[in-house]
Amino acid sequence: MKVKVLSRNPDDYVRETKHDIQRVPRNYDPSLHPFEVSREYTRALNATKLERVFAKPFLASLDGHRDGVNCLAKHPQSLSTLLSGSCDGEVKVWNLTKHECVRTLQAHEGFVRGMVVRHCGTSFFTIGDDKTIKHWKMEAPGYGEEEEPLNTILGKAVFTGLDHHQKNAVFATCGHQVDIWDEQRSTPIRSFTWGVDSFSSVRFNPVETELLGSCASDRSIVLYDMRESTPLKKVIMTMRTNTISWNPMEAYYFTCANEDYNLYTYDMRHLENPVKVHVDHVSAVLDVDYSPTGREFVSASFDKTIRIFPKDSANSREVYHTKRMQHVICVKWSADNKYVLSGSDEMNIRLWKANAAEKLGVLSPREKQAIHYSQKLKEKFQHHPQIKRIARHRHLPKVIYHQKNELKVMKEARRRKERNVRKHSKPGSVPVVSEKEKHVVSVVK
Amino acid sequence: GKTKDDNKTEGQPEQQKRQQTPIKKKRKRDEQPDGGKKKSDPFHGPAPIPKHKLEKFKRKGKIQGKIQKDIITRSEEASEMAQKQAARFDLLLPEDAGFLEGDEDEDTCMISQEDIADAVDITSGAKYFNLKLCQFGPYRLDYSRTGRHLLLGGRRGHVACVDWQSKKLVCELNVMESVNDVKWLHTEHMFAVAQKKWLYIYDSNGIELHCIRKFNDVLRMQFLPYHFLLATASATSFLQYLDVSVGKEVAAICTKTGRLDVMCQNPHNAVIHLGHPNGTVTLWSPNQKEALVKMLCHQGGVRSVTVDKTGTYMITSGMDKKMKVFDIRAFKPLRSYFLPTGASCLSLSQRGLLSAATGDIVQVYRDVWSTPVTKPYMAHRVRGSVWGLGYCPFEDVLGVGHGEGFTSMLVPGAGEPNFDGLDANPYRSAKQRQEWEVKALLEKIQPELITLDPSELGHVDRATFEQRHQDRVEALGFDPLGKEKFVPKHKKKGRSSAAGIERRKRKVAHEDQRDVIRQTVEDRMKLEEERNRMKEKKAALSGKRSALDRFKK
Repeated sequence: MKVKVLSRNPDDYVRETKHDIQRVPRNYDPSLHPFEVSREYTRALNATKLERVFAKPFLASLDGHRDGVNCLAKHPQSLSTLLSGSCDGEVKVWNLTKHECVRTLQAHEGFVRGMVVRHCGTSFFTIGDDKTIKHWKMEAPGYGEEEEPLNTILGKAVFTGLDHHQKNAVFATCGHQVDIWDEQRSTPIRSFTWGVDSFSSVRFNPVETELLGSCASDRSIVLYDMRESTPLKKVIMTMRTNTISWNPMEAYYFTCANEDYNLYTYDMRHLENPVKVHVDHVSAVLDVDYSPTGREFVSASFDKTIRIFPKDSANSREVYHTKRMQHVICVKWSADNKYVLSGSDEMNIRLWKANAAEKLGVLSPREKQAIHYSQKLKEKFQHHPQIKRIARHRHLPKVIYHQKNELKVMKEARRRKERNVRKHSKPGSVPVVSEKEKHVVSVVK
Repeated sequence: GKTKDDNKTEGQPEQQKRQQTPIKKKRKRDEQPDGGKKKSDPFHGPAPIPKHKLEKFKRKGKIQGKIQKDIITRSEEASEMAQKQAARFDLLLPEDAGFLEGDEDEDTCMISQEDIADAVDITSGAKYFNLKLCQFGPYRLDYSRTGRHLLLGGRRGHVACVDWQSKKLVCELNVMESVNDVKWLHTEHMFAVAQKKWLYIYDSNGIELHCIRKFNDVLRMQFLPYHFLLATASATSFLQYLDVSVGKEVAAICTKTGRLDVMCQNPHNAVIHLGHPNGTVTLWSPNQKEALVKMLCHQGGVRSVTVDKTGTYMITSGMDKKMKVFDIRAFKPLRSYFLPTGASCLSLSQRGLLSAATGDIVQVYRDVWSTPVTKPYMAHRVRGSVWGLGYCPFEDVLGVGHGEGFTSMLVPGAGEPNFDGLDANPYRSAKQRQEWEVKALLEKIQPELITLDPSELGHVDRATFEQRHQDRVEALGFDPLGKEKFVPKHKKKGRSSAAGIERRKRKVAHEDQRDVIRQTVEDRMKLEEERNRMKEKKAALSGKRSALDRFKK
């Protein structure tokens, strides 16, 4: 007779001393772990609910400006430095870690229309309503010294937008026309015009550094190549664009913030249709900025909210609002992809988390693993109705909620009317126009 | 010229060959980067995985879908990689299952427990023991999920918790009432006792925690561990579910099938199987008031039911002295055995060993569903008539509760050798148990998810909009999307006369008619097509000549 009965040696299963970790033998046999899908679903549901519980994005409010904040500028070398320009001509330099203002200077009389920090980080440019471009040092002046700009350039008309080249000592301004300036000269080296009298903003492409885009008051976006003498092409839309922002990862995509409450992502090569129409705001969109990963962007709107959109989605994934935050004029996504900064009408700059439920600080490996696991579970079960309902739910202020419903009703009415017209006319006489095509009037080369 | 060269090569063949071969060898060395020492790898590529191992870890087949195809392909690849890794890890499991093999002329069922206990080491031999408890009636038993603790409940009120491996008594009490059934709850700290009138829950110190009067005349209980549900079957034909984490009754189903005496759970999908005196076995879930499935299994009443851990096979025994094996996924009978005295209790171990109790003899059968079984694997006679059977989860031990007490017998090959430390760990410390309890409570599955197919959540919901709309219409009684009847607005200054209203209605009337007309036209087209098809068929048929053609006019 041959016999073996299961007998385990407890020494193999129990830890030797209390200073060791516990032994956990594993067996991945699926029959020992029934209800796989249901248990994972329950874990995903818990993870989604906990994400909503821990979603506290507001971090700090930077107080100090005496008039509405008009523009923000990121420091390319230092993550904790932020520059802001306000509507009374004041420029403040902030230390984000201490939430303190490090330096204040009276840059212009009138609005500070645009600011940009040079790529080396040692100096910055500002433009203002007093038709000047001023070049300042990044270092604070020593004791007893007066606050003086390095250089002042007086222009013929008001400048409304400013951006600096990624690598060279060249910057661009826009006002009546788009000018390209060399830092050493006091007259522009090149000017671009295309029949329009005023441009609102200009942006250099961070990847293809010779390309620029600008927004004009004739509802168009004009694209330029710095090396050419004439603009490249322009796309005319149904309403005016306020700002554009280039995707830092994909050279040919840019997103524009439009007055008709939408944002449009265009492929530079095919301007006939936008790649995506991003809807969700209930008032004019004033500013847009891409995340350094190029996967998401943040938009600031006149309707007192900022929204974060994934680059390929028509709806926002996140909306930030506070009772105290009024019309948001400018917004920036920090260079470490973690924070969003918004400057608004009521003289405050607010610091928000880009991922509302993220835990900041150093995480232990177990925490990281748990976070990755929850993230993957949420992705896996994101289409289940209960989980989708909880993940999508955001509280909105009453005004915005009602406005949103009203816009929905209006849109539905327009769509129904169009459908009826099509139903009651000769088939083919009323063509179907997609949402994307509706907003572009024409493309001019 | 050519012939000369040939002569040359022929003339000095050996030398040149010798010269040539070292050059060839050099070239080979230059080609191989590691110096040409190694030969080509005979076991090139990743190690092969035996097919049966891969089958064990296989999940559902590949998904079809056009939308999000790249996401699906990527997740499928990851899933396959995980399955392969798990199948490879199987090799590293520390323990092996037990076995019992007789000598050439020896029959394993003739080997007695004492022989096995003598042949095996001391700790394993100590797992065979008898508890003489003659006073308090036939005993029911339950092993906790980790297999560490044993709960004994005597018919006349004796309830005891024992750590059976160290023979330590955890608690012992007499509830002074008749006890129908005892069951452990999620840990070894709480157990439920179905007493004469009501259901009681006790602590492991013997303190009565709850007396639940809503659950009356309970005869049998089953605990669903992942749902934290205690399912009870009563003598008044009620099947009730109690959520032990929250303390609420989840469902009370009036089964209308009489006294519920026979009960078991399907560990794979948490469905409760009830056996009835008319030979049927019914399957229940807390979401429905009717049985999910009703199966006619035996000609007489059903005496015992048990389901294996993968939820594939159900084994029932009936008053017609037959023991039948069913495939519970396809609801088909597989095998039928005749037992001369019929089996009053059945129990399946983790590795598929079936124990059947008849009178005071317990027989163990191996592999009941794959090959037809002729003789038992093991047999043992206990002192009194058997009242309860239960395998200990991760041990090769079968517990028998009978009229004279309790017997623990050795059944080599019954228990799963390798447990998972994160699920049910017999060697867990108090801290580990607490952590596990919290995690298990967080993962508690809602009772709404108990269905026949536990992976239903993973299926894509293909119900079309029409189907859902029909359901809504049925539920609401009217069509929420349907057009409301046009009611013309009441106008002032005499424009709302009867003639005016009729005129306005007639303007809109054609819109309803448009849909109706379209529908009738479509129906008519379909009818036409049908008719044409029938005609063609008839023509095809009538083309053939038959012998009766000459009688046709």
